[in-house]
Amino acid sequence: MTTGRVLLSTLLVVTSAVLQVTVVNRLPLPGAEPDLVLLVVIALGIVVGPTAGASIGFGAGLLVDLLPPTATEFGRWALVFCIIGYLAGQIQIDARRSVLIILGAVAGLAALSSLLFAGVGLLFGDPRVSGELVVSTTVSSVLYDLLLAPFVIPGVMALARRTALNPAAI
Amino acid sequence: MRDTRRTRIVLAVLLLTAFTFITLDARGGEGSILDRLRESASSVFGPIERAAASVVNPVADFIDGITSINSTADKIDALEAENDELRRQLLTAPLDQSRLDELDRLLRVSSLGDYEIVPAQVIAVAAGNGYARTVTVDAGTRDGIKRDQTVLNGDGLVGRVIAAGPGTATILLLTDPEFGVGARLAASTETGFLRGNGREQMGLELYNPQAVVEEGNVVVTLGSPNGRPFVPGVPIGQVTSVIATPGGLSRLAEVEPFAQVTSLDLVGVVIEPPRRNPRDALVPTTDASSSPSPSPSP
Repeated sequence: MTTGRVLLSTLLVVTSAVLQVTVVNRLPLPGAEPDLVLLVVIALGIVVGPTAGASIGFGAGLLVDLLPPTATEFGRWALVFCIIGYLAGQIQIDARRSVLIILGAVAGLAALSSLLFAGVGLLFGDPRVSGELVVSTTVSSVLYDLLLAPFVIPGVMALARRTALNPAAI
Repeated sequence: MRDTRRTRIVLAVLLLTAFTFITLDARGGEGSILDRLRESASSVFGPIERAAASVVNPVADFIDGITSINSTADKIDALEAENDELRRQLLTAPLDQSRLDELDRLLRVSSLGDYEIVPAQVIAVAAGNGYARTVTVDAGTRDGIKRDQTVLNGDGLVGRVIAAGPGTATILLLTDPEFGVGARLAASTETGFLRGNGREQMGLELYNPQAVVEEGNVVVTLGSPNGRPFVPGVPIGQVTSVIATPGGLSRLAEVEPFAQVTSLDLVGVVIEPPRRNPRDALVPTTDASSSPSPSPSP
């Protein structure tokens, strides 16, 4: 990764994480909320590939784990987003061909991130995770992420591609 | 798959690191290294969140103000006919008024219960997909807030402080499944335990299996030693249904909290517990049966 890309990724991840807790989570939506950080990690992963994607996801997850009002174990989102970033990097070549593939990837990865997070919780005996809640959270998350994806993913991907061609673009 | 050897090593190292962090955090208690890391993170990100909220909150208030004024289309037409000055007043007055009302009710509760409170504004909310029900407020250790203090608003109990940074504090809301509070039925000596369960209702377990409890009974906090984490006498909610448990060792009921924790704005953190137990003084007076008749202490 170029310095420009590292800077851009950091900026995008921090901005989306702060917007997530101060704006998105306050929306009076039934079920869960759209996950801005997840969308940014997917978009960056698609552009930068699996290795850098996993690193960006790991970093973004650590930030989400630390950002107040966090109450979950440190490293839980890092584990989830690391896998998401890695998998998003895998679909790099196909993704350029079709919007449908990207939307499909968003739906699949959103569901996976929700289930992984709940799964890690079950593994460590998190009393907050219950079957009924996991289903409603996962379904609503996937729906909201799909709705928000067209407004986030193309922009982030375009920015990341531009910084690849010209590191001084930002 | 475009995996190289390097990709696999990077992925394995990162996953192992994350797993180690989770294990350490799940085992470590208060004051662990990760706890301190989280505290320093709140001193770094607290100001950022405060700044973001100061930009966002007026916009949200403005939208709230608009939606709360016009219930009917006629009213919109009437408003549009008014001049600019009048319209500006109409838009800003209700939100100033609602903030004032909220602070008023908060101060009423604090003076009735003889609590010393710090008012604080909610600036950040935890994501639903993280399952934890927590919020961040814009007051912290500089204002006298510490871990394990009671948080309330004009309606009743909101939660307790679980972490405090210099300028921000994190509150565990009463709907969180990890939240539990000792409770007492108002105007009686029946005590029990109230738990959050991730839904709107809370579960009440009364220790006396013969306890008389019915719909509409008000539940207040029992109070903890030295008022931490809970000061006594804060109204929590109303019993909505009693669960039949024939032959059970305790009495179970569902309680709906008075405070709407999904739309919190201004809250108060109790930094000084009252010198004497306020008993039932704070129970909402709309309930006819809540005449302040002092009951013997348990």
